[in-house]
Amino acid sequence: MDQFAVKVFVRLRPSVLDPAGEATKSASIKLGAEGIKSLRIGKMIEVKIEGNGESEVREKIDLLCDRLFANTVIEDYEYALEKL
Amino acid sequence: MDNFIVGVVVFPGSNCDRDVSWALEGCLDIRTKYLWHESSDLSDVDAIVLPGGFSYGDYLRCGAIARFSPLINALDEFVKSGKRVLGICNGFQILTESGFLPGALVANKNLNFICDDVELDIVSSKGGWFNIGEEKQTIKLPIAHGEGRYHCDSDTLKKLVDNELISLRYKNNPNGSSFDIAGITNEKGNVLGLMPHPERACDKTIGGTDGLFTLKSLILK
Repeated sequence: MDQFAVKVFVRLRPSVLDPAGEATKSASIKLGAEGIKSLRIGKMIEVKIEGNGESEVREKIDLLCDRLFANTVIEDYEYALEKL
Repeated sequence: MDNFIVGVVVFPGSNCDRDVSWALEGCLDIRTKYLWHESSDLSDVDAIVLPGGFSYGDYLRCGAIARFSPLINALDEFVKSGKRVLGICNGFQILTESGFLPGALVANKNLNFICDDVELDIVSSKGGWFNIGEEKQTIKLPIAHGEGRYHCDSDTLKKLVDNELISLRYKNNPNGSSFDIAGITNEKGNVLGLMPHPERACDKTIGGTDGLFTLKSLILK
């Protein structure tokens, strides 16, 4: 069995308003940061998982992302996978 | 109504289960039974309410974890059989997460948890959940949510409008919901999800009775 470390990024789709991102952007400007054009908040999920090779692990992660980690009505996801 | 039993689902974190049961039993004389989320036996209930609250602490997304409970798995068959399911607030979020209703509920536009009475237009009486036949087509119900902004894509919205699946619209949109949507049904009409709380408007002494009709309609066949 191979072990993998996976980082899953879940983001609100561009068409979905992100009020938390807007509020943070506003605070960033108050802090004095200049030039911020856009700020959106997502989630990062770290998973350690084992399986027989990368393709099997990718299948599992795809299922997890599609059915649990993200709600694809409002969110997109992508992930990076590293063999341990 | 002697033999009719409404199942009130209890998840870890549900907090309106007793209110729903009180409204049904105390105000409408409809029998209820609490259903623990790990139960998948729905054979002795005739309708189901998914009450408000914070199932599983709203972890990941509101309703996202509840969706995987044995009870929600068993709900598919229940809904297909035509029996009625009412999802209130967190119950509505669970119904969208589990695909019984389209769209999703996301954080309120102003990021506030909003606790207020709101005026609602009854847009459709699909499924018989609302009283649209008489003069009063506006009702007042309490809302209490932080993530009640209904969101769907334009194709879904068109489908909701064309098929008269939008039951309730806010008169003064409090949370930024698409098309002012406060409640929708499935195509068959036997599943209703709404953010306002009808169970908190069932007695004059606590501010109104506009929620009675919806709860009473649980016993419709």
